[in-house]
Amino acid sequence: MHTIDKIEKVVLLGSGALKIGEAGEFDYSGSQALKALKEEGIYTVLINPNIATIQTSENIADKVYFLPVTPEYVTKVIEKERPQGILLAFGGQTALNCGVQLYRSGVLEKYNVQVLGTPVQAIIDTEDREKFVEKLDEIDVKTIKSEAVTSVAEAKRVAHELGYPIIIRAAYTLGGLGSGFCDNDEELDALANKAFSYSPQILVEKSLKGWKEVEYEVVRDRYDNCITVCNMENFDPLGIHTGESIVVAPSQTLSNSEYHKLRRLAIKIIRHIGVIGECNVQYALDPESEDYRVIEVNARLSRSSALASKATGYPLAFIAAKLGLGYGLHELKNNVTKSTTACFEPALDYIVCKIPRWDLGKFKGVSRELGSSMKSVGEVMAIGRNFEEVIQKGLRMIGQGMHGFVANKEFEVEDIDAALSHPTDKRIFVIAHALKNGYSVSRIHELTRIDCWFIEKLENIIRIENELEQYNNITQVPDTLLLEAKQRGFSDFQLARTVSKSSAKNIERDMLDIRKYRKLRGITPYVKQIDTLAAEYPAMTNYLYVTYNGCAHDIDFPRDNRSVIVLGSGAYRIGSSVEFDWCSVSALNTIRQQGLRSVMINYNPETVSTDYDTCDRLYFDELTLERVLDITDLEQPKGVIVSTGGQIPNNLALRLQNEHVPILGTSATDIDHAEDRHKFSAMLDEIGVDQPRWRELTTMDDIYRFVDEVGFPVLIRPSYVLSGAAMNVVSNREELEHFLTLATNVSKQYPVVVTEFIEHAKEIEIDAVARNGEVLIYAISEHVEFAGVHSGDATMVFPPQKMYVETMRRIKIIAREVARMLKISGPFNMQLMAKNNDIKVIECNLRASRSFPFVSKVLKVNFIDIATKVMLGVEPDVPNKSAFELDYVGIKAPQFSFSRLQKADPVLGVEMASTGEVGCIGEDFHEAILKAMMSVGYAIPKKNILLSTGDSRSKMDMLSAAKALQQKGYNIFATRGTAAFLETNGVHATVLHWPDQPEQPNTLTYIKEKKIDLIVNIPKNLSKDELNNDYTIRRSAIDFNIPLITNARLASAFITAFCRMNPEDIKIKSWNEY
Amino acid sequence: MSDKKSARLILEDGTQFQGYSFGAENPVSGEVVFNTAMTGYPESLTDPSYSGQILVVTYPLIGNYGVPKFTEENGVYRFFEADRIHVRGLIISDYSFKYSHWNAVESLGKWLSDNQVPAIWGIDTRQVTKTIRERGVMLGKIAIDGLPEPPQFIDPNKENLVAQVSTREVTTYGDGKYTVVLVDCGCKYNIIRCLCERGAKVIRVPWDYDFTQIDYDGLMLSNGPGDPQQCQATIAHIKKAIAIGKPIFGICLGNQLLSIAAGASTFKLKYGHRSHNQPALMVGTDRAVITSQNHGFAVDTATLDPEWKPYFVNLNDGTSEGIRHKNKPFFSVQFHPEASGGPVDTEFLFDDFIQNIEKCTR
Repeated sequence: MHTIDKIEKVVLLGSGALKIGEAGEFDYSGSQALKALKEEGIYTVLINPNIATIQTSENIADKVYFLPVTPEYVTKVIEKERPQGILLAFGGQTALNCGVQLYRSGVLEKYNVQVLGTPVQAIIDTEDREKFVEKLDEIDVKTIKSEAVTSVAEAKRVAHELGYPIIIRAAYTLGGLGSGFCDNDEELDALANKAFSYSPQILVEKSLKGWKEVEYEVVRDRYDNCITVCNMENFDPLGIHTGESIVVAPSQTLSNSEYHKLRRLAIKIIRHIGVIGECNVQYALDPESEDYRVIEVNARLSRSSALASKATGYPLAFIAAKLGLGYGLHELKNNVTKSTTACFEPALDYIVCKIPRWDLGKFKGVSRELGSSMKSVGEVMAIGRNFEEVIQKGLRMIGQGMHGFVANKEFEVEDIDAALSHPTDKRIFVIAHALKNGYSVSRIHELTRIDCWFIEKLENIIRIENELEQYNNITQVPDTLLLEAKQRGFSDFQLARTVSKSSAKNIERDMLDIRKYRKLRGITPYVKQIDTLAAEYPAMTNYLYVTYNGCAHDIDFPRDNRSVIVLGSGAYRIGSSVEFDWCSVSALNTIRQQGLRSVMINYNPETVSTDYDTCDRLYFDELTLERVLDITDLEQPKGVIVSTGGQIPNNLALRLQNEHVPILGTSATDIDHAEDRHKFSAMLDEIGVDQPRWRELTTMDDIYRFVDEVGFPVLIRPSYVLSGAAMNVVSNREELEHFLTLATNVSKQYPVVVTEFIEHAKEIEIDAVARNGEVLIYAISEHVEFAGVHSGDATMVFPPQKMYVETMRRIKIIAREVARMLKISGPFNMQLMAKNNDIKVIECNLRASRSFPFVSKVLKVNFIDIATKVMLGVEPDVPNKSAFELDYVGIKAPQFSFSRLQKADPVLGVEMASTGEVGCIGEDFHEAILKAMMSVGYAIPKKNILLSTGDSRSKMDMLSAAKALQQKGYNIFATRGTAAFLETNGVHATVLHWPDQPEQPNTLTYIKEKKIDLIVNIPKNLSKDELNNDYTIRRSAIDFNIPLITNARLASAFITAFCRMNPEDIKIKSWNEY
Repeated sequence: MSDKKSARLILEDGTQFQGYSFGAENPVSGEVVFNTAMTGYPESLTDPSYSGQILVVTYPLIGNYGVPKFTEENGVYRFFEADRIHVRGLIISDYSFKYSHWNAVESLGKWLSDNQVPAIWGIDTRQVTKTIRERGVMLGKIAIDGLPEPPQFIDPNKENLVAQVSTREVTTYGDGKYTVVLVDCGCKYNIIRCLCERGAKVIRVPWDYDFTQIDYDGLMLSNGPGDPQQCQATIAHIKKAIAIGKPIFGICLGNQLLSIAAGASTFKLKYGHRSHNQPALMVGTDRAVITSQNHGFAVDTATLDPEWKPYFVNLNDGTSEGIRHKNKPFFSVQFHPEASGGPVDTEFLFDDFIQNIEKCTR
């Protein structure tokens, strides 16, 4: 073939657990790259501890290592595998940083491993800001005027030279970590100190707030041929991180001359830097001239490149991998047309809009203001043919209870001006509010600096809403207006609210009536193809979207009873991410294998399930009842699978069934029986299965009475409708009252669910597949932490290592009974707790759970494949395999992103807070937990450990771990109480004073000076001082980047593991070697 | 938007598309072609190569950045490709009634109206494009509610469109070192700009002007509309220029005319190339370029005289993208190195041309 024919084996670095700034997009890019290599007959080795990804599934890479993507582990894998090549550009910043270190330390040279694609020096040139600016100066390309500094004093000097406002950036960090704006010396002091904890070098630069932000995705091959695959324009002007911005593609407000000026520069830059593969160039563009600055260049696949791939249909990661092997762009084919070349620039005949998904409500104390660092946990992409349509679709897709730009729940804004000029995650709705309150487009522009073009379009939505409001019945609305509303993205729900003025109770019925009426009037949507060439050549793939802006379908609907629709999982968010994408993709694979037509509906651009070659038909569209019905009306499917995409499809089940859509697997009525607390509880009573006592209560008196009965602590679940407040555990009357007055008003309309909270109970999960109520296969796992830590934040062990055989047997029996009662056909999951062999059911979901990929991969039996076959009515091939026979242990550990969430308290509770997870395999518990912990960013501490271990029970729990630390020669530091406890028990600890005490040595000083290598801080109760002090320790640990554990059981397990086992003894074994 | 006036696009085969008028209320007939570019409507609309054609734009959101200032620079409009709109009608999907851009002075709708050019929005331009792709380029009419429909389909290719759009006089631009004769067959202003920027004095002459009497250093054959066979007068002059032997550079129609002069034949493409993303490969190399294109006819290089060879070839459909002489400084390309709109990757061809001139005058 080409220059690189000697390459037979290649290592690809993944990005590890999903975290803010580095999420599902790298599963997508890695999977594409592996596919591209496989096509060339190259043996692929993947290192990625993220067990829930598609790339770590069978038949993608030839070998998978569930190991940390760190230089030491990657070196060991290289030593063992002896690859000729390595790919660094497909695993985000994690892979890139690791690759740069391997290059610098000479490992790559030593083992003669060639970096395929962009050379490492080019990566270094783009990552180090100073080098980057120099590099672009060489070709007269303007960058933001800035200076790299290594001290706070220097930072201040530069700030004074440039004049405030300035922006600070830390080098070598993920998505803007440690970056931010400063308006004065004081803010600079605070931010610079923090930034230095992430990076020895920070950059001070002039802020260009209010300039347009535009990005280009550029590709270059080894022959120096370049294309720009896509450009994108941020709706939000410069000042808001691009990951936090609403983004449209292609650019909307740029003239030809601006578009091509920036395009030409992007190509000039990529050539000068020497990228081979893909890179992304971000610009600031003056809204009043053609003046520009280059903000940054990412010499790797990025979130933006994943978005660009989905936005255009151009498989950037796949092509980048091929270019890395030495192909020229002109030698590759366009995968969509199969006839034209890959050397072209996609022409879009639609517009896409990306909207970030935030979950800031899940965190205590977090700042909601958006700025130059990223906080969003996921994103959606809406496709349509005008801006109004895509913004409304997108705002529905983010799934935060909004129905579009208008017709949402009334929303109070105290100070509109302030809310417009200080953007938060809600700003787009503040704009709606302002427009409705008579703000002019130019006033909103002044306050937000958002281009008037966008605001005019938003105003157009308000205009249509006003017109619709003139009518009270849909039959009075003229067809032209009804069609216009649909073309501008109004859902039937919005129509029901604006026209029918429906009450909450009737809105579902009214919405369906509107649907019926619309169909009668012939107002129905059309299905259009994304074909990369704006219809110039026919497309061979079915990458589809649905729109009212058209007059014909691009595809035929054979209605041959062969279509099986899988509903995807929507935006990644806390509680639902790549694991459900794995489930969906697994289902699609099985459907295809059965010779049926696999149809996917999903709208998350960070996923593999939205890759058009993953299924036969991809509807990149909404997962609302309305849109799913639009699609089932056209497809007339054999059935719809609602159990592999998490909660969104699960919630649609009953409503779809009511509209006569065939649901495959467990009936929607039975799904409802598990979802409805009362029905489920009654059923458990019937089969004699215990559960924690709970009541749905409407008065304070009732609550007190119930608490008297069950005793503190109790779990309080306020009505989401009212407050959106989180669940909480309260341990005394004072807390109960405080929480209830804070969170909600208890009333008949908004009852509160109070559940007894059993302390020190073991939490257990069972993942299983049943057919007609008979369990076919199951996996029981246990949590390291006691019940009370959300199952998504818990460390999970499979097969369980510390569970009574009797407990296991009884859980199995309970699962069988529940499956039988609910006539389950398909996947299900139950969470239970056990204390002294007393077992109680916490909840049951008749769908795949977060842990399905983990148990499937550890057991090496694909549960979803079996479940899908069951749902399709095909005889599944169930291996007779028992977890008892495994001679290894799998551990799933959560990944937190607290460092991105300024001020959030990094403590675990009943609400989930982790953004991702890893799953590692070891020969025993200790090995598995070490691998898992190191995969989520922990390091084995060097010498100093700070213990602050909460209540007496936790202190006891930690004692043997503390002894082990002492024996191993660690220096133990502790807060006063903990130190006293340790001393009485024969462990020496140096006392460090609490942060609010003036005395030295002080915890805070030690943290700031980074004298501590690991902090264990176990929250005690909610007494105020302690909380402040504990919060300060925890938050400082995060801000100064020191590993922190807040759970005694987990801390104990981790400490015991690293005291007993040397890191050198950790085995480098691939998945198939277990 | 309350007083939306309905309008229709009627294709030769009877297919009709319903939308709303937003330009001049002036029913017309012409050849319906589509362009897949995502930017550059002011440039496209003024491109003389579109003369006689009803332009269907596949990118749905049009009018966003309004219409730029009518400022002049070196005797030509700075932000347009001609002194007026050349398309016969415009068909789009979503019109932006409000525009936003620092350089804009008026809306697209007003500019079209002032130029007597009709336009329709609200059309499924993807569907129109697919129709043209499947059945080939067709004639069409724009009909406006309440006004009489144009009585027949008019085929602009039967007219000498070049004669209609070419300049009537000889004009000089710039005062550079090298004299370049620009044969204006419907020349885009950016060709003039690109030459002047590179130190050329441009003498723009009408399409049928006998430029061989001018003592030029280089000959530039411009783009233009319609069937190249209509330009026999130009072809005759080019044959003389080939004999003179001074550097020649042809663009688009200029490429077709030079090819015919070099013995080749031309043919009409099913639906042409009109976009900003056409890939061309420099024959015999691994150098690929992304080009801006607007043409309905193509050169059959198999019929070229033996002293000529293919220069560029289209990577999508293998059609000719240019020719060059084996040992003389003559070359031409089917695409638009002057871009405007579109990618500027091939502007280096102007440098090559100037270098050829430098070599020959040395």
